[in-house]
Amino acid sequence: MSNSEPVTSFMAESPGAPANADVAAYAIRLGDDALILSHRLSEWSAHAPQIEEDIALANIALDLLGQARSLLSYGGSFSGRSEDDLAYLREERRFTNLQLTELENGNFAVTMIRQLLFSCYQRELYRDLESSRDAQLAAIAAKAVKEVAYHVEHARTWIIRLGDGTELSHDRTQAALETVWPFSHEMFEDDELAHRIADLGVAPLPSSLRPAWLGAVQDILTEATLSLPGDEWKPSGGRKGMHTEGFGYLLAEMQHLHRSHPGARW
Amino acid sequence: MSTPPSPLWEVFVRPARGTNHVHVGSLHAEDATLALQNARDLYTRRNEGVSIWVVRSADITASSPEEKDSFFEPSADKPYRHPTFYTIPEGVEHL
Repeated sequence: MSNSEPVTSFMAESPGAPANADVAAYAIRLGDDALILSHRLSEWSAHAPQIEEDIALANIALDLLGQARSLLSYGGSFSGRSEDDLAYLREERRFTNLQLTELENGNFAVTMIRQLLFSCYQRELYRDLESSRDAQLAAIAAKAVKEVAYHVEHARTWIIRLGDGTELSHDRTQAALETVWPFSHEMFEDDELAHRIADLGVAPLPSSLRPAWLGAVQDILTEATLSLPGDEWKPSGGRKGMHTEGFGYLLAEMQHLHRSHPGARW
Repeated sequence: MSTPPSPLWEVFVRPARGTNHVHVGSLHAEDATLALQNARDLYTRRNEGVSIWVVRSADITASSPEEKDSFFEPSADKPYRHPTFYTIPEGVEHL
C-alpha cells in the first residue's frame, strides 16, 4: 500500500467498506501501527520484570491487537482482503507501520519510552478521529480512545518512577529517550496520502497533532527529571514500506505459523 | 533477580454498584499507584469490577489461627444471637 500506487476513486466493493482506496490505505496504516507494536509488546510475555507487569504489557498488547483487527478488517474490505491476509501474507515492504512501532524492545526503559511516545500520539489521533467523517473510523477510535488513555497512564507512571528513581534508572531512561526520540518525528509527517485524507475530512493532518502531543510528553518528561533530546536526526520511511533491520525477524516470527499451516485455527 | 521483592498488597474489588468490596487476591508493587494499576490489570480484565481498593498486606492486623478457639467458639452455642426466633408477619416481602 505504498503511496506510489495509483489513486483510485472507484466505488467500494461492499456497503460497509471504505469509501475509496485512500481511506482503505489510511486504515491499514493505523492497523499496521497497532499490529506491529502489539507484537513487540507480546515478546515481553514471560520476560517482564515482574509477573504483574507481564500481565499489564500483555493487556496493552491485546488492546492494540483488537484495534489492529478492526482497522485491518475495515481497510482490507475495500480490496477483498481479510485481516489475516494483511497480517500474515504481506511481505515486509508492504507493511506501512511507523518505524517507531517496530523498534526492538531493548531494556524495560526503551519499551516504556516507546510506549509513552506512541500512546500519547495515539491518544491525540483517536480523539480527533472520533469526529471523523468516516463513520467506521470514528467508531473504532471512540472505542480505542479509552484503552489508549490507560496505556498513557501506565507508561507515565513508569517513566516518572524510572526517570526520577535511582541514578542508574535515570541514566538508562534518558539513554532510552535519546534512542527512541528520533523515530517520533515520523508520526507527524504529512505525506501525500495524509493530505488527501485530511482534505476528505477523514483524519487530521499528522503535523497538527504534534503541539498537543509535545505538550503532554514534555510535562511527563519534566516530572521524570528527563531532558528533551534534540531534533537533529529524523529517520523515516515506514509509511512507504521501508523498515528497520529487526523488522524482518519480527515478521518471520509473526507470520511463520500461518505460512507453514495456511488457515490454521486454535 | 537479586533485588528484593516489592511489598505485598491485598486487593479488594467491588463487582457492582451497591455491593461490597470483596478480597480477590494479592500482588507485588512498589507503591500504591502501581499496586492499583497492577490490580486493574490482574483482577479486572474480564470486567469483574467497578471499584478497587489496595491495602498494604503489612498494614492488616489479622486474627491468629491459635486464637481460633477463644475468638470464635464461644458464639457457637448462642443460637439466640441469630434472628431465627422471630415470626415474620404475613405480607412482608422484602425482609
